[in-house]
Amino acid sequence: MTKNLRVKSSEYIDETNRISFKFNGKTYHGFKGDTLASALLANNVHLVGRSFKYHRPRGIMTSGSEEPNAIVQINPGTNRTEPNVRATEVEIYEGLEASSQNCWPSVEFDIGGINNFLSPFFPAGFYYKTFMWPASFWKKYEFFIRHSAGLGKSPTSRDPDIYDHRNIHCDVLVVGAGISGILAAKNAAKNNFKTLLVDEKNELGGSTIYENSEFNKINNKVPSEWLNKEIEELKDIKNLEIKTRTSVAAYHQYNYLLARENLTDHLEAKDKTNKIRQRLLKIRAKKVILATGALERPLIFNNNDRPGIMLSSAVKKYSEFYGVVCGSRNVFFTNNDSAYESALSLYNKGINVEAIIDIREHSGSKIVKKVKETGIKIYWSHSVVDTAGYKRLNSVSIMKLSNDGTSVTGGKISISCDCLGVAGGWTPAVHLYTQSGSKLKFDEEKKVFIPNQNTSEQISVGSCGGDFKIDEIIKNLNHKLKDTLNIEETDLDNIKVEIDQENSKRNIWLLPSDKPLGKTKPFVDYQNDATANDIKLALREGFRSIEHVKRYTTTGMGTDQGKLGNMHALGIIADTAGVKMGELGTTTFRPPYTPLTFGTIVGRNVGKFFDIFRRTPMNDWHVGNKAEFENVGQWKRAWYYPVNGETMHQAVQRESKAARESAGILDASTLGKIDIQGSDASEFLNRVYTNAWSKLAIGKCRYGLMLNEDGMVYDDGVTTRLGENHYLMTTTTGGAANVLSKLEDYLQTEWPELDVYLTSVTDHYATVSLCGPNSKKILKKIIPDLDLSDGNFPHMSFKEANIGNIQCRIMRISFTGEHSYEINVHAGYGKDLWEKCIEAGKEFNITPYGTETMHLLRAEKGFIIVGQDTDGTMTPIDLQMNWIVSKKKYDFIGKRSLYRSDTMKEDRKQLVGLLTDDPSIVLEEGAQIVSDLNQSPIEMLGHVTSSYFSPNLNKSIALAVVRGGKDMMGKKLFVPMENKNINVTVANPIFYDEKNERLNA
Amino acid sequence: MFLINCPYCGERDQQEFKAGGEAHIERPKQPTELSDDEWAEYLFMRKNIKGVQFERWNHTHGCRKWFNMVRDTSNDEIKAIYKMGEKPPTR
Ligand SMILES: [Zn+2]
Repeated sequence: MTKNLRVKSSEYIDETNRISFKFNGKTYHGFKGDTLASALLANNVHLVGRSFKYHRPRGIMTSGSEEPNAIVQINPGTNRTEPNVRATEVEIYEGLEASSQNCWPSVEFDIGGINNFLSPFFPAGFYYKTFMWPASFWKKYEFFIRHSAGLGKSPTSRDPDIYDHRNIHCDVLVVGAGISGILAAKNAAKNNFKTLLVDEKNELGGSTIYENSEFNKINNKVPSEWLNKEIEELKDIKNLEIKTRTSVAAYHQYNYLLARENLTDHLEAKDKTNKIRQRLLKIRAKKVILATGALERPLIFNNNDRPGIMLSSAVKKYSEFYGVVCGSRNVFFTNNDSAYESALSLYNKGINVEAIIDIREHSGSKIVKKVKETGIKIYWSHSVVDTAGYKRLNSVSIMKLSNDGTSVTGGKISISCDCLGVAGGWTPAVHLYTQSGSKLKFDEEKKVFIPNQNTSEQISVGSCGGDFKIDEIIKNLNHKLKDTLNIEETDLDNIKVEIDQENSKRNIWLLPSDKPLGKTKPFVDYQNDATANDIKLALREGFRSIEHVKRYTTTGMGTDQGKLGNMHALGIIADTAGVKMGELGTTTFRPPYTPLTFGTIVGRNVGKFFDIFRRTPMNDWHVGNKAEFENVGQWKRAWYYPVNGETMHQAVQRESKAARESAGILDASTLGKIDIQGSDASEFLNRVYTNAWSKLAIGKCRYGLMLNEDGMVYDDGVTTRLGENHYLMTTTTGGAANVLSKLEDYLQTEWPELDVYLTSVTDHYATVSLCGPNSKKILKKIIPDLDLSDGNFPHMSFKEANIGNIQCRIMRISFTGEHSYEINVHAGYGKDLWEKCIEAGKEFNITPYGTETMHLLRAEKGFIIVGQDTDGTMTPIDLQMNWIVSKKKYDFIGKRSLYRSDTMKEDRKQLVGLLTDDPSIVLEEGAQIVSDLNQSPIEMLGHVTSSYFSPNLNKSIALAVVRGGKDMMGKKLFVPMENKNINVTVANPIFYDEKNERLNA
Repeated sequence: MFLINCPYCGERDQQEFKAGGEAHIERPKQPTELSDDEWAEYLFMRKNIKGVQFERWNHTHGCRKWFNMVRDTSNDEIKAIYKMGEKPPTR
């Protein structure tokens, strides 16, 4: 049965605005201002999930982003569904639906709960120890693990929301709008610093806005009242931008921070449409002020995870801020004074507080005195040794602590209760601080890690800096602000603070029980179900480094990154291993502080904006003629042009035959083009290519191979000498940018004395490649006055000409082995030239062909494609291209490496041709090649790099790299496939027109 | 994300730049005179220091100029930036 636990109106809850929502299919009501957690608690729902490993019932534990248990699926089954959301951070709205995760069939009856009874078999490292062996069992385990352990479900349909990015540059970024953050932002902005204040909550003020204790006064007012006035004044301050619902996810070097601004998650579905849901703020701040506060620690004792066991500070926030009480019979368990504030908050609302169990011997503070006067029973020097209640806490058992705190003595007292507020002290939220690369130190007295060495201009103020009392906070904030902003006076100079001075603390990381440790369940990491026993087991098994213990036990590896339990894990390791916590160090906190959606990360870069793409000037023609496209780097290249419903194979066979029998036309505009000028241009080419360039005549073209300094083939292409000091280099389509950058590197850093200038002109020219026996006739029709005779315009030469009044550069070069021309015009005329060629070629059945046919035609000729037949481990010698490596040149990039003992080995993989014994079988590219099928294991000799069915030869052809292949001509080898072994024979890689007779045909 | 002060363009975000490995490794003038070991030393061996390291950087999405940087790799503090050919700063 649900009952309403709303006890009073709160100024942060709008009771006139009633909201209905569903949780696990059941309808509940809350008010505007509620989080899903506060609304569920108001309906007396504590059980919200099951734990990861043991499937133990778990309840809401906290009131903030550190929540480990109340992880829910929002709007399940819709395209806006989101898994792993903390119920403590979800603001409710009309129509919100949420469901528990990690349980099946329901949170009330979860079949995985059986794991809890099997738990002796699930120790630390269980997954590593069991499921990894025998390997063949993994498939079975995996099914079980994935079914029972999945954390929520990803949406399966397209995300309907819009996301955005924004760059922000500011003088001062203040992270966290609690009392310290507000005062810091106010004073920074007042002193003309352009200031940005962000907070993850929807209200400013942190925990101080519901701090109504009579024992702390600021300027004679209760802190909440005073701070509200300060917040009111922020409105009138210039230079100050405030962003709520904005969570800083990452703090990188040089004060670069990423924050997620949440804009519509708190709105009803109808108000979300066409609005930006979340925005990633990329903030570069001159100074950063971290005011991220502190997280309350739980205490580690037996069965400390039952629904109804919560942080004491959360109990207080639900009561003071949301007007919700978490139980009707409340008990607190503490090691410091803060639980007394929570107890008083409930007492003042007439709610029953059964007892306070305090591990300290006494406390002389005013607040403790006040609690004593109320008659609430305080058990000093006592500890909780066990709790009871499966789906909801119903009692705790307490015993007296020994003087040294390592054991319990005397009789056991059982106290009936339905809510236990646990207060284990405070841990500064230093996550962002350490992400920035800054270093912590351990404060032995306060038992906390605090900021020590900053790596950028930043300060940590308030409790994240290790100051927990308001007077300390104000004093140190004032001093740090003056120092970092270089200002003389601040508003803080005149603030008078009264506080309850005494605040003693007794720290015991792992509280003893009357049972042996092995029989208890003291959880350290709630989300990953790691207990103190797991940590101790890891230490017994020899793990020492905190990073190793963390991974072995999975402590701190959940979506909450162990925000609650990390300190205890460290404490237990330090105590067990007998080392100081300062020496142990901490684990690394990695971004994001709280999980980010993929939408936020990618912003607008989705769909067609996902990556840049480039189109050639002839693109519209290809589209109009129904070309299929392939991506080559960023280029969209025509792949093949199917007609009358042809398959790709049919189209490529037709295109390939046409190009050799009559005429083909290819859009080659994507080839990289680099304009090279300067008096040392020839010398430069000599140094970057393997062959010699000084003697290339003006107007001639030459093929060049470029190596890396390690001797491996890097790029290739034809370069044309346009003038005495002027060359046009072409590169592969994909390699263009890298080649330019590599050449620039050598020019700028190794050979600055060379007078050479490089300019990328890839986009400036469109290139039409005309090939086939009729290409000459077609070109003649277009440029009638150009002498195309072999004498005037031989293979590997260049002419400038005019088509009408359009200037063009024509190279007579060939990548197909046919008589062919590459015509370059300014990009704007590209489509016009293409259409002219098509028109002129009609009578010769000119056939446009795409990249697939180009690849096939060049394979027939045994021409390599860098990046397909090479992979960064092939030298020109491996490619059997010794002819292109100059013996005379003293040096070129990569030359020395060709004479290293390793590159000269005879049994390196070498490029060969491969013919299948059955000419109809086409090998698969990437298929492995072996010589002995009976060997075990079979030695892999190499693999197929290019493979096609050649319509011009009417058989299958392939290029391959084979160990020692150079000397294997005619040898029989095998290509083992899944269902058959294919017999192949090593062949000359030039399959077609070996004597190059067609070039001049 | 560093802020890098390009000696030609001024302060820019790291995403405009590309790191180019250890600086001041000069390409041997006469590679053919070197033994395999000496050539391998030039080709492969890099220090990868934890601490102050001299590096090459390229302003790839800006002026495309290469320059040198002195960076403490343990905390990413950029200690100096200077043009190619300029003398490295002495510590
Ligand atoms: Zn620059």
